[in-house]
Amino acid sequence: MKRSSVLVPLFTILLLLLGWEAAVRGLGIAPVLLPAPSLILKTMIADAPLLFGSLLVTLRITFLSLLIATTAALALAILFASSRLMERALFPLAVVLQVTPIIAIAPLLLVYMEPQSAVLACAALVAFFPILSNTALGLASADRQLRDLFALYDANWLKTLLYLRLPTALPYFLGGLRIGGGLALVGAVVGEIAAGSAGAGSGLAWRIIEAGHRVNIPRMYAALVLIAMAGVAIFGLFSALQRMALRRWHASELSGA
Amino acid sequence: MTNASPIAANADGAVLAQLSGISKTFENGVQALDEIGFSIRPGEFLSLLGASGCGKTSLLRIIAGLIAPDRGDIRWSAGRHPRETGFVFQEAALMPWADVAANIRLPLRLLDVGKQEADARTQAVLAQVGLTPFAHALPHELSGGMKMRAALARALVVKPALLLMDEPFAALDEISRFKLNDELLALWQQANCTIVFVTHSVYEAAYLSSRTLILSPRPGRITEEITLSAADRSDPHFRTSATFAARARVLSEALERAQ
Repeated sequence: MKRSSVLVPLFTILLLLLGWEAAVRGLGIAPVLLPAPSLILKTMIADAPLLFGSLLVTLRITFLSLLIATTAALALAILFASSRLMERALFPLAVVLQVTPIIAIAPLLLVYMEPQSAVLACAALVAFFPILSNTALGLASADRQLRDLFALYDANWLKTLLYLRLPTALPYFLGGLRIGGGLALVGAVVGEIAAGSAGAGSGLAWRIIEAGHRVNIPRMYAALVLIAMAGVAIFGLFSALQRMALRRWHASELSGA
Repeated sequence: MTNASPIAANADGAVLAQLSGISKTFENGVQALDEIGFSIRPGEFLSLLGASGCGKTSLLRIIAGLIAPDRGDIRWSAGRHPRETGFVFQEAALMPWADVAANIRLPLRLLDVGKQEADARTQAVLAQVGLTPFAHALPHELSGGMKMRAALARALVVKPALLLMDEPFAALDEISRFKLNDELLALWQQANCTIVFVTHSVYEAAYLSSRTLILSPRPGRITEEITLSAADRSDPHFRTSATFAARARVLSEALERAQ
C-alpha cells in the first residue's frame, strides 16, 4: 500500500475535525446540540471503562455471528455446488431473507429467542448472504479445461472440491468475508437497538440509546465514533487477510506482472 | 457419406482404437460431428486438420471420454485407461495457486500414485521439458511458451500411451511454436506414444504428423485421409525444404476441397 493512500484520507479527516472544532467554538454552539471533537475525546477517556467494555461486547457479538454466518454459508455453498436441485430449491429463500430489511425481522426474532441470541441471529443473518453468494459463485467458477482434466483422471467429488473448486473459490470467499464482516457489525448494532432495554445489553448501540435518554450527547457521539472505528478496523483486518492469502498468485493482488 | 471403411483397412492392421459412426449434435441444435469414422494406430502422429468450428475439439473430447457421442462408438483394442491418457488443452490451464511442480504432479495426485514414485516422475518430466529451474515458480511468473511446456509435462507425467492435444500451440508466437514443435517430435519419438493432434494450421500438420485427417466445417466430416511420407528428421532445414513445402501443399489443397 502506498503511504499517500493512508496519509491523504487521514489529512482530510483531520481538516474536517479542525473545522468542526473551530465552528463549535467560534459560534458558541452548546455541547448538547453539537459537542466539539475535543469534548467527544474527553468523554471517551472519562467514560472509557464503560464505553470500551461495551465495545468488547459489540465486537464479541460481531465476530461470533460472523463465525456462525461463515460456517453456515460455506456449508450451504458446498451443498449448492454439489446439487443443482438444492441450489434451485434454497437459493431463492436466501435471497428473500437478504432483501427483507433486518430491522423488520428483528422484532420477530425477539419474540422467539432470548434477547442475546436474537441479537446474534440478526448479525449472522445480514453477514450470511454475501459470503454465501460469493462462495457459491467461486465454487462454480473452476476453469473448464481443468474440470476436464479432473474428469479425465476420474477424480471423485471430494478431490475435485479440495484441489480445484475450493482453491478457485478462495478469492471470492475472502471478498464475501470482507463485506460480511462489516455487515455483521451493522447487524449487531441493529439487533441491539431492536432489543432495547430488553437486551439489558451493554453493547455500544445500547449505550447510544441510554445516553440519548439522558440527553448525554457527547457520550452518544463517543459511542458512535467507537462503532465507526470498529467498522473500519474490521474492514482493514479482512482486507489484510485477503492480501496475505492471495498476494502470491491472484490477479487482484499482482501488480504489473 | 463416410470414409470410414477405406481408412479402417490399414496396411499392417494394428489398431489402437477404432471410431465408427460418431455423430454429435449440441443442445443448441448445431450439428458438430457427422458419421466420423477412423482408426488410431499405435505409435502414429495423427493430425486432425480443419477450420475453426468444425468440431475438432468435440471429437477430441469424445476420444478422451469427456463427452459421449449421440451415435457411434469407439472400440479400444486394449480398453481405454485414463491412467495412460494425456490431454493438452488449447490454453495451458494451470492452477494459478500452485507452483509448476505441483501442477505437473496433479494427475498423479488424482490417480493416487504413491509419493516416492510421483516425486521421481515429476522430476523426470520437469527435466524432459527443461523446466527444472522453474519447479517452484508460479504460473504467472512463466512466459506463454513455458506455461505450455508445463502443460505438456503434466500430460507426460502419466506416461501416456495416448496423448491428445487440442491446438496446444495456437496461442504462441511463431518462434516458441517452432521450438515446441521440435521438442514435441523429440518427445514423441522418445516416449513411443500415440499422438492425436488437433490443429487448424496446415504448416503444423505438415511439419508434425505421420498421417492427417481433413475435416470439413459444420457438420464435421472426414473428407480425406493423407498419409505423409516419413520425413528426414535429421535435416535441420526441414522447415525450408522442398519436402516440407510439398507436404504443406498437399494438405492445403485437401483443406480447400473440404470447404
